[in-house]
Amino acid sequence: MSAPARRAAMLVAIVAALAIGAAFLKRSDVYLLTLTMVYLMATFGLNLTVGYAGQMSLGQAAFFGIGAYVAAIALKAGVPFLAVMPIAAVACFVIGLALGFPALRVQHHYLAFATLGFNVLVYLILRNEEQVTGGTYGISAIPRPTILGVSFEGHLAYFHFTLASLVALGALLWWLLRSPWGRAFAALRDNPIRAESLGVNITAYTLLAFAIGAACAGVGGVYYASLVEFIEPGPFHFSTSLMMLLAVIIGGSGRFYGPVVGTIIIILLPELLRGSSHEALKFMQKWYLVFFGLAVVALMVWLPGGIVSLADRFRRRSTS
Amino acid sequence: MTATPSLLDVKDIRKAYGAIRAVDGVSFSVRPGEIVGVIGPNGSGKTTLFNSILGQIRPTSGSVEFSGEDITGMSPLELARRGIGRTFQTLQVFGGLSVRDNLIAAAQEFSGTMPGRLFAKPDAGLGQRADEMIELFRLKHVAHLPAGSLSYGQQKLIDIAMAFMAAPRLVLLDEPCAGVNPGLVDQLRELLVQLNRTQGGSFVVIEHNMGFIMRLCPHVICMVEGKVLAEGKPAAVQSNPAVLEAYLGN
Amino acid sequence: MGDLVQLLVSGTATGAIYALAALGFTLLWQAAGVINFAQGEFVMLPAFAMLAGLAFGLPVWLAFLIACVLAAIVLGAGFKQVVVDPLIRHGVIPLVIATLGLAIAVKSTVRAGFSAEAHPLPSPFPTGQLSIAGINVSYADIGTLALAGAIVIGLQAFLNRTVTGRAMQAVAQNTESARVLGIDVRRMVLYVFLINAVLAVVAALLIAPTYLAKFDMGDSIGLKAFFAAIIGGFNQTRGALLGGVLIGVLENLVGFYISPAYKEGVALVLFLGVILLRPEGLLGKAEERKV
Repeated sequence: MSAPARRAAMLVAIVAALAIGAAFLKRSDVYLLTLTMVYLMATFGLNLTVGYAGQMSLGQAAFFGIGAYVAAIALKAGVPFLAVMPIAAVACFVIGLALGFPALRVQHHYLAFATLGFNVLVYLILRNEEQVTGGTYGISAIPRPTILGVSFEGHLAYFHFTLASLVALGALLWWLLRSPWGRAFAALRDNPIRAESLGVNITAYTLLAFAIGAACAGVGGVYYASLVEFIEPGPFHFSTSLMMLLAVIIGGSGRFYGPVVGTIIIILLPELLRGSSHEALKFMQKWYLVFFGLAVVALMVWLPGGIVSLADRFRRRSTS
Repeated sequence: MTATPSLLDVKDIRKAYGAIRAVDGVSFSVRPGEIVGVIGPNGSGKTTLFNSILGQIRPTSGSVEFSGEDITGMSPLELARRGIGRTFQTLQVFGGLSVRDNLIAAAQEFSGTMPGRLFAKPDAGLGQRADEMIELFRLKHVAHLPAGSLSYGQQKLIDIAMAFMAAPRLVLLDEPCAGVNPGLVDQLRELLVQLNRTQGGSFVVIEHNMGFIMRLCPHVICMVEGKVLAEGKPAAVQSNPAVLEAYLGN
Repeated sequence: MGDLVQLLVSGTATGAIYALAALGFTLLWQAAGVINFAQGEFVMLPAFAMLAGLAFGLPVWLAFLIACVLAAIVLGAGFKQVVVDPLIRHGVIPLVIATLGLAIAVKSTVRAGFSAEAHPLPSPFPTGQLSIAGINVSYADIGTLALAGAIVIGLQAFLNRTVTGRAMQAVAQNTESARVLGIDVRRMVLYVFLINAVLAVVAALLIAPTYLAKFDMGDSIGLKAFFAAIIGGFNQTRGALLGGVLIGVLENLVGFYISPAYKEGVALVLFLGVILLRPEGLLGKAEERKV
């Protein structure tokens, strides 16, 4: 079997195992897996911006939040889920363009600062504009979707729905990265000056990469709102954006499956530890972020390519 | 002067940094299909001249025309779209992309529209052209490796091949031989001659390597201290006493 | 009128604290090319160090001095040695990420090992207000302004008047030429890290009495320092001062006249305005595009 075929087979096997295995898991574990996949939609998008196009974005949680609030308000107003998703994606895409344009006009690293500030502002708006967002009380009783008469109300049904959607989003991103656009993104990441001299409109491509990444976060937010059924500003603080960025980087930025590893580390593991009753694991839960932070520093020193790049190292060692 | 209209007209370019005049009134023109060499000792203003032509810096005065259009101060992107390619003094490849993708990336933006490219074939219809260039530059055995993992000489070849991928009407090469071993210098010269013959493009080449320039370029300009000191056939420039003094005097 | 003057004075005092953190931030960037995302945590840690000192019954001034020494060792030399030196070769981004990780580790250590609560630090200044012509200004604001002002003026004098200070500026402007001139670049960069650490302790001493010492207090201070530095001009130390004071004053005015809820958004709006209208910062110099 060729390498791509082998990889595709492995992917199918993993997805199938998840889809079937979930039926045998506890309800809370299925919830955690769904939560991880929802965040993964946002970090997949962020990997496009950070890893493939080389732009620092520190506001992914703001777009995640915009998606979630758009979904909460629209779903409660009776707009069907399949319409809410594109609305949230387009809203985040357009806001991403509007935010990125002034920042990129100046200097490319200003995007990081602008997105960070944007996140602070979005958080303030979510907290303070009570008539729209419910302020600190948030919005509750957000419905789960019913599509073509099929209800995804149950935790397992919603898990399968999210898994299928995540696979679809991943496929879309894969296709995008293999298109000439993906090549242009990589070119501007590796060498923007050369790219420009070869006719690559670096401002346009940077903006697009950023806005597409933002749109993915918006879609993730829609699934998040429907999953947790109650949202408040807390999860959309800029510290979540920083965690998402770290997830992409420690997983291995610019590697397609990097965010999977990173998102498991920032979302799934700490939640599993929290749910555990074992004494030693409880201790771990308390100190988890300390180890995590130190591990990030150590990783930057010894393995800047992220965890997924470990595989390369071993492969190189075994062939040489 | 011949009746053929020139492709590139550089008119009295000046660039001053405070009191230092890096380029001090340089004019020359390039006709279609011509190869012009620019030589001169270090600090004679060659690279500043290049950067003024290529929109990297704005000249203090003077103008640049490309097939009759004033292109002074245009951005590198606008110049690229008009068919002006370039290489840089230092290596400039896309390290994370394969050699083949480097070449495709170098040309894909010149055809179709941006939305159109999203839905184009992954190789943007340039796979065959890229393979021809790979063949010509003898890079077939490394075509699918990331460019950043290759030797300096191989990356230099990719770098130059990229500048020619889109068959630009004019290519400006900034010290193509820098850091390249003598064997490769000859290969490079043959490649440039061949590209000039098959694609019919015009080149301007900045180079320290006198032998390379003298054998490649039928027309040579020698710059010293920001000015054109001598211009003409390589042999004439080489034997010009002022040029000899500028090179050997200090 | 009285309100306005009061708001201006206390805003300037708060802004002066931001400016101290921003100043260290700018110095680090200039001299060592480091964007320190843990800058806020560098203020938070000394606040807790001083709290610990006070808990042992030390007087405030002694706790402050000990915190300065500890900060110079850990947040100055230690930070440089352990985090910056091994990473600086890889460029700006890995270092940014590492400081992000460091910030999370430091914050979480304080929360898990010490306390998640907010603790007041006793003010080094007397309580009460000074009243002149119906305008009330608190002694704390006056003391903050005086101390921050003295530190800033002292630092500027050091940078401009002493041989070491000038050598540090030379390193900040152009490391290569400084090296050619025979300046001990490594030592100068180390000094910058030490100064940054001490500035952070002063900022902690001034901010913790009003805004309380809490494990996540660095989020807000770090962000303000960050934006103050860009607003003023990343390559100018005076810019950090202007940016800090501007944010402090405008936050107070917005909080009073518009809505306290949007006080935290002031720095961002200022920042967006600056990058749209004057991208090099209010006092910054535009850098020519490098090929």
